[in-house]
Amino acid sequence: MSAPADWPDRLFATLKRADIRQVGYVPDAGHARLIDRCRADPHIRDVVLTTEEEGVALAAGAWLGGERAALLMQSSGLGNCVNMLSLARTCRFPLLMLITMRGEWEEFNPWQVPMGSIVDPVLKLCEAEVYRVRNADEVEGAAERAVQHVFGDERIAAVLLSQQLIGKKVWTK
Amino acid sequence: MATLLADRGDDLLVVPGLGSTTWDLAALGDDDRNFYLWGAMGGAAMIGLGLALAQPKRRVAVITGDGEMLMGMGSLATIGIQRPGNLAIVVFDNGVYGETGMQPSHTQSGVDLLAVAGACGIGPCLDVRDEAALRDLAVRLKGLRETLFARVLIAADEPPRVLPLRDGVALKDRFRAAIGLRP
Repeated sequence: MSAPADWPDRLFATLKRADIRQVGYVPDAGHARLIDRCRADPHIRDVVLTTEEEGVALAAGAWLGGERAALLMQSSGLGNCVNMLSLARTCRFPLLMLITMRGEWEEFNPWQVPMGSIVDPVLKLCEAEVYRVRNADEVEGAAERAVQHVFGDERIAAVLLSQQLIGKKVWTK
Repeated sequence: MATLLADRGDDLLVVPGLGSTTWDLAALGDDDRNFYLWGAMGGAAMIGLGLALAQPKRRVAVITGDGEMLMGMGSLATIGIQRPGNLAIVVFDNGVYGETGMQPSHTQSGVDLLAVAGACGIGPCLDVRDEAALRDLAVRLKGLRETLFARVLIAADEPPRVLPLRDGVALKDRFRAAIGLRP
């Protein structure tokens, strides 16, 4: 049994088993360890983005060229993606999104709440399958199901990593 | 477009931007290795990046307009870090939004996409202002070895449109099949 804090490593293991070769991300504290793991892997091209919608287009290009991609972001980033998700929906590009949640649990910053509170309905309106995770022991199973949905059926799926799982952001030290 | 893609070779994959560059590419004759965009404004360069990284043995040309590039200007910063040697970004710059009624774009008022690309670390960056420079760009495209950016100054015009296939799933599947991937 691995320690609860190992969930980013288990997400990474899932990405490796799924043969993910490109990982797009906007730097995010919740994904810090997963980003480090991807950056350190010689078989994964880590692509730091200026905005999350770039990652939707990157993943489409990767699939056109025969590679699998994943997109890491925080809940606020989903809002930046909405029109570009039309690309994935119209062409049925596989799109795997791993989203760390903000604005829902012990959130100190009220500016995170408006987008965080509409992540679920936005994803559903965009025809994405949503896998919500609250406990560390659910992470791997949810990610595996999302991978199957995305690449098995050329669809969009998002794994939502709850703020309870990630932990409270420390603002003052 | 015709000068750039004359004798394009088997290994050149083309991603045009939505609007005129998609119509212009279609006007040259359809090709399964074209991934026409009817939407996804601002996404052409990043589709090109993902494709170039996935297919290092093929050349990828993103050929888009100034308005489409302006919407995805951040992607020049992203590409400036990755710099795959098989990716060319070519912007046909007419200084207007041709699809929406010829409203002036930022480039008409001095925003310099060539300087932006250069400042993002993309090189070489070519300023194409005449036929000779265009032919030179076509030659460089053939022997593409490093990430290249070119701004091609073109006249603002509205020739009759040639509209390609617009079924996104069909475009994707035939593109993948053309490079030997399972649809």
